[in-house]
Amino acid sequence: MATFPFELVSPERLVYSGQVTEVIVPGTEGEFGILAGHSPFVSTLQPGVLTIKGEGAPRKLFVRGGFAEANPQGLTVLAETAIPLAEFRPEKLAQMIKDAEEDVEDARDEATRARRLLFLEQLKSSAAAIEADARGAH
Amino acid sequence: MASLKELRNRIASVKATQKITKAMQMVAAAKLRRAQQAAEAARPYAQRMESVLGNIASAISGGPDAPLLLTGNGKEQTHLLLVLTAERGLCGAFNSSIVRLARERALSLMGQGKTVKIFCVGRKGYEALRRQFEKQIIEVVELRANKGVTFADAQAVAEKIGTMFSAGEFDVATQFFSSFHSVISQVPTAQQLIPATFEAPAAAADKGAAAVYEYEPGEAEILADLLPRNLAVQIFKALLENGASEQGARMSAMDNATRNAGEMIKKQTLTYNRTRQAMITKELIEIISGAEAL
Repeated sequence: MATFPFELVSPERLVYSGQVTEVIVPGTEGEFGILAGHSPFVSTLQPGVLTIKGEGAPRKLFVRGGFAEANPQGLTVLAETAIPLAEFRPEKLAQMIKDAEEDVEDARDEATRARRLLFLEQLKSSAAAIEADARGAH
Repeated sequence: MASLKELRNRIASVKATQKITKAMQMVAAAKLRRAQQAAEAARPYAQRMESVLGNIASAISGGPDAPLLLTGNGKEQTHLLLVLTAERGLCGAFNSSIVRLARERALSLMGQGKTVKIFCVGRKGYEALRRQFEKQIIEVVELRANKGVTFADAQAVAEKIGTMFSAGEFDVATQFFSSFHSVISQVPTAQQLIPATFEAPAAAADKGAAAVYEYEPGEAEILADLLPRNLAVQIFKALLENGASEQGARMSAMDNATRNAGEMIKKQTLTYNRTRQAMITKELIEIISGAEAL
């Protein structure tokens, strides 16, 4: 299968860089898979699981905040947070959800409230995705 | 002339100081390596961010619905100066050169009749600016409790600035930090944050493919999501550069101090030995002349 260069970058460091065959990215408007030679495409991310398929077992990471940029030369994902799923602690996500819920209650105007509510929804759906993933693995 | 005991004490105290400066230099060298690595690790993110934003921005700017963070709100009456400095001193001219640049800018803006607001990150900058610009300083953030800067710190600052901008509290924001060139050269730099500036059109031109990107969701939505993020990334980058610069400046300052202390010890030891010799000679003369008198 054709491979292409993929980079996963967080503000603090380069998390992953290498040749891969397929990457599944949680986009704001739904998950999408990127194969080699994809047409130029930019999408924002929603919190969720990013899957890297290459040699060996697929690698899964929790990503949050940022965007993905694909073009025929390769794929770059910029994520504010990128944690390998193995190191990811569900308590942390639960804490984030709790914080987000408080934020929604604290929101003063409608626009902020809507934005935070959306963020909360995204967090909840990513929690569900991670859970489903964990069940699938065992 | 000072007594032997005084000289001995003085030498001992300079030696103690030298030990401290030497230790500080070595600590700074170790921290510098880490800070430099952090700054380098952050570079790809900032670069990618800039190129993608540049692509989108060149496609959308000029349109009526371009976000204010990108185009500014059309005024430039109130300026926000974001002054990023260190939490600690003893690092040569590092803090003072950043502060000097910011002060000159503030004074020239005020001379033009503009309103100036100052946002200090780092205690040293606040302390230096407090006397002259007491009324202009609207916000101080200290990063003292944290070990090393994290993206979350930058994000918190960016969020405050974003809220202030959307509340119309200022029109133009500029950040002041020291960009790291090498251990001996750190250049105080001013960078405009809002309206955002990109060097990207040139980069986009040689890529050629910029125009045919497909955006999901729309360009405007992506831009609205990315611009606040970009603000945080730019501040984060500046903080990291600052961190490396601070350690570099401290290292060379402490190297100088150690060398000076060494010179001082040499001189003092010479005086000490001379005085000691003089005293021995004097005592001998006294004994001999006493013996002769008998």
